[in-house]
Amino acid sequence: MNKRRVIVIGGGLAGLAATMKMAELGMSILLVSFLPVKRSHSVCAQGGINGAVNIKGEGDSPEIHFYDTVKGGDFLAHQPLCKDMCLHAPYIINLMDRLGVTFNRTPEGNLDFRRFGGTLYHRTAFAGATTGQQLLYALDEQVRHFEVQGLVEKMEWHEYLGAVLNDDGRCVGAIIHNLRSGEIKAEKGDAVILATGGPGLVYGRTTNSMVCTGTAVTSAYLQGAKYGNGEFIQIHPSAIPGRDKLRLMSESARGEGGRVWVPRKAGDSRKPREIPEKERFYFLEERYPLFGNLVPRDVGAREIYDICVNDKLGVHGEMKVYLDLTHHTREFLDHRLGGILEIYEKFTGVDPHEEPMEIFPAVHYSMGGIWTDYTRTEDGLIDHQSPNNQMTSITGLYAAGEADYQYHGGNRLGANSLLSCIYTGLMMSPGVINYVNNVPESVEDVAENVFADATRQWQEKFSEIKGMSGKENPYALHREMAEEMISNVLIVRDNSKLKSTLDKIDEFESRWKNIKCVDTTDWSNPVPSFINQLWNMIQLSKIITKGALLRDEFRGSHYKPEFDLSQPSDFKPETYLEFEKQKEAGIVKENAFEPEHLAYMKRFSVNNKKWLKTTIATYKEGRPEISYEEVDTSLIAPRPRKYD
Amino acid sequence: MPDTVTLKIKRQDSETSDSYWETFTIPYIPRSNVISCLMDIQANPVNAKGEEVTPVVWESNCLEEVCGACTMVINGKVHQSCSALVDQLEKPISLEPMSKFPVVRDLAVDRARMFGALKKVQAWVTADGYHDLGPGERESTSHQEVAYKLSECMTCGCCVEACPQYSLSNNFLGAAAISQSRLFNMHPTAKNIADERLDTLMQKGGIADCGNAQNCVEACPKSIPLTESIAEMGRQVSGKFWRNIFQA
Repeated sequence: MNKRRVIVIGGGLAGLAATMKMAELGMSILLVSFLPVKRSHSVCAQGGINGAVNIKGEGDSPEIHFYDTVKGGDFLAHQPLCKDMCLHAPYIINLMDRLGVTFNRTPEGNLDFRRFGGTLYHRTAFAGATTGQQLLYALDEQVRHFEVQGLVEKMEWHEYLGAVLNDDGRCVGAIIHNLRSGEIKAEKGDAVILATGGPGLVYGRTTNSMVCTGTAVTSAYLQGAKYGNGEFIQIHPSAIPGRDKLRLMSESARGEGGRVWVPRKAGDSRKPREIPEKERFYFLEERYPLFGNLVPRDVGAREIYDICVNDKLGVHGEMKVYLDLTHHTREFLDHRLGGILEIYEKFTGVDPHEEPMEIFPAVHYSMGGIWTDYTRTEDGLIDHQSPNNQMTSITGLYAAGEADYQYHGGNRLGANSLLSCIYTGLMMSPGVINYVNNVPESVEDVAENVFADATRQWQEKFSEIKGMSGKENPYALHREMAEEMISNVLIVRDNSKLKSTLDKIDEFESRWKNIKCVDTTDWSNPVPSFINQLWNMIQLSKIITKGALLRDEFRGSHYKPEFDLSQPSDFKPETYLEFEKQKEAGIVKENAFEPEHLAYMKRFSVNNKKWLKTTIATYKEGRPEISYEEVDTSLIAPRPRKYD
Repeated sequence: MPDTVTLKIKRQDSETSDSYWETFTIPYIPRSNVISCLMDIQANPVNAKGEEVTPVVWESNCLEEVCGACTMVINGKVHQSCSALVDQLEKPISLEPMSKFPVVRDLAVDRARMFGALKKVQAWVTADGYHDLGPGERESTSHQEVAYKLSECMTCGCCVEACPQYSLSNNFLGAAAISQSRLFNMHPTAKNIADERLDTLMQKGGIADCGNAQNCVEACPKSIPLTESIAEMGRQVSGKFWRNIFQA
């Protein structure tokens, strides 16, 4: 057995995939998780996992999947990573099939595939309506087997507080907080992987689970790691409004023919089924004849927002629209979508087989995350042996899954998240092991005081938190902060509001100092942890808001109407490629283009030159300092997006 | 519409301390569930007597009834608290921790025994490696439908909480683990060690400990056919029993 050890923080798909793969390669793993890993947030993913297996004989291929991913992300993703991921997607689906995932089948017994947003192909493998749960369980089972064999040690009910850095700034371990005993101690690790998911709770009620606070990656940022593309927050078009959370209504509901509509008459008080066909406004189908209800998420969310806020056509004058599946038979729906329809009925008391569902957009996914590196090969793929892959800007500290900023650019395609989580976990493993086997000094040789000092620092911080005796309830303060973020840093962004939100966040930060630690007991006390997480959420909200304020353009999920380049409706994206070609050759035949198109292309080109860049946030004197990095767009030339 | 909701919560400060009941009265808000009530208490931890107390501790994560974390006994019945809607519950609402597991604090319990049972029944597929070995075996849709249902088990503990045979003092595997052994014994490659799983089920704490009360299937929030699974594994176990006799 390898004497060296890797610490994996988080037991969702990315963490478990890395754990499993590294254990297979003989590495000892310490797996740390808030909860039993089987309860991780990956279980919430419903619709499926993408891979161009071309079961339906439509001519789909990993190359087209790659193109759809890059275009869906509005060209902000580093292309070699996307290409490598899409190329490996069919293998990943096959692997998960072998590991026991109960994917739906075709009559011949092959895996079945469905359509999802942002593509015209049946490319999404699915297991009922709980694909994320089923994928997670298969990995959980493999890791449990390694646990029995002694290669994996689990520390569930434990929380990562920060990295232990040696004198050279290299990560040599992690500070781990036992959520039952309250003990804080250092764990030695030759490398540490943060597979800690997204930061949804910065927005309070979202589609995310309760552990998705982004606290681990924010802690890395506060220790000097770069944070990438923070302002790119995906809003899922369809969620079920709720008091404790906004439950996802999977995109598969639209993939299986669900139709989005509102009554044509504002404030129509009739029941939905009493409204005749011609008095219904199927606005996505009318505005996007090609993609219809299956436009990408950013487009869908904006249209629903627009129909409710600007056209005031929301159902019963409220912020919601219908998502209608009632034209399908009960048998069809139960077979294809059973689980998600059950969820709707369970949480609203209304049967979606009989009544159209009421939905509204909700914060769903962070494309941004901790900055991570990679090594590309000459042919534009990834060198899987490279220790740089998925490494943050802190040597020896890695990130994977939603926690990192890669793969999805400015907007993620549905069913690409499960893929990117499993892909990163598997892909990074050989490189992490190469790193670990070649570090100049094993953690066993690092001076003990490095660990003792870091531990003491965190112990002191937590005893200070426990001693906080101000007036603010931490949970109530979190609600207020989340409301501010929801009101001003969501779908439509406006610079004056973003500016005032930044000031508001500073106020929240000072109010945080006046918190009362409402539970000071020692045993199984979640309050001090939450207060620390809230501090990190405040820091992260600054990254998101400042990034959004400074990015004066409209790209992917980041929509600022002021800076919309207004694409002419008859414009074809290929025209832009011709324009760019001519520009490179040095002569643009201006007469060959429609004047309106030419003007648009010029605007587009100038805008890309300025903004087709990764936003980098670095922690400086209590604030994020924002800079920009080039994006590798060497494989597919950036061009305007169009889905109609 | 009532103005307030009253919750009676069975609390316990540590694993070893005595439990006590505490009542909370909070403003009624439409479309609440038990979780949102507990969150409201967190944001203003004052009991019905007006005393400032520690917020109630519970376990939760997904809030969509797919992670299994927030299971507790609500008005005497075991259920996930995220899908327990206030409008559908009798008031006052009583909340207790599950009784078949050690209490950690308040409503949070330690279900490690259930995960241990998954190790005992070897609930996994043994793979030759995680490299590209092509697709798995083809399967019929009817096979998939049975397997999918069994695979929805989220190790929440409802089945064993409702089971009269499962107790803090014995080592019964419980319906969830027995049903998982069925799932893996029907998988095209995991069934290669079907006999090892049956050996486990034949030991003390195995399938013979089931008293056939059938409470498990009633309590399962995912409607997993647990009694069918137990019957099927009973058949497999007796088949193995007779094979053992004839081979001896």
